[in-house]
Amino acid sequence: MIEVRLFATLRQGREKIIMLESETVSTVGDILRKLDIPTEEVSILLVNGFHKKTETPVQDGDIVALFPPVGGG
Amino acid sequence: MENRYLRNIPALSEQECLLLQNKRVAVVGCGGIGGYLIELLSRLGVGYMKAIDPDVFDESNLNRQLLLEQSLIGYPKAKAAQERVQRINSHIKVEPIIAALDANNASTLIADCDLALDGLDSIPARRILAAACTETHIPYVYGAISGWVAQAAVSMPGDNFLDALYPPDVTIRDKSVLSFTPAFCASMQVALGVKLLTGRPIKSGVLYYCDLLNQEFETIPLTV
Repeated sequence: MIEVRLFATLRQGREKIIMLESETVSTVGDILRKLDIPTEEVSILLVNGFHKKTETPVQDGDIVALFPPVGGG
Repeated sequence: MENRYLRNIPALSEQECLLLQNKRVAVVGCGGIGGYLIELLSRLGVGYMKAIDPDVFDESNLNRQLLLEQSLIGYPKAKAAQERVQRINSHIKVEPIIAALDANNASTLIADCDLALDGLDSIPARRILAAACTETHIPYVYGAISGWVAQAAVSMPGDNFLDALYPPDVTIRDKSVLSFTPAFCASMQVALGVKLLTGRPIKSGVLYYCDLLNQEFETIPLTV
């Protein structure tokens, strides 16, 4: 399984933590598509605590954290 | 030590307090975050501030902007910053700059400062500030807010921190901001800024993310 943790507004209409079968996704981008999260609505993508990109591969046991962009002042 | 700074000690040393009185800080943006940045810097006794903002206050700013009172609707934010600091601590010099930071003026505006603090409200404006900080070799304390969320970080010249944080086509959907979010963000930024100004050890390229709705606090190393 892959554990996906969503932060702030990405939780709206979704769960805070989502478990995905590792066979169903091969990259972070696949996870975004599966959860119907547009790429431009994600600022930080962490895989096991390290900042990665949408094309980064994921595997069983990974923890993926997704944060929306924050830019106001 | 002047009485007004007595309660800064021993959290700051007497030497650090004196050091702050001789420091110059650019506060870029004097709205939600920026108003609190200016307030906190003035209470600490930072000797010189350049308050940069092209805008005047409007009614929708009242929910969160510390420098705004109802009578100041239509008044320039940078000028309000200067006047508030004079009422708090007349030893501090504040230079109001009623202009937007752009690629032509940014480096010149911040070049005579020791530090730039981010009170901006857009990603393109932050990229301009970060580029100017790289060009002038000035550290930059980033801060941004949205709704209940505040995040802050130290960016050192040339570390490309913003490029790591914001992909090129990123879109911000939530334009709301609550009263406490800029106060919290500015507090984190000024604490980081004081550490930079007094030469204390500090980590750069690390994002401090705070969700005040769920009381979640994350420390995120951003690969640069």
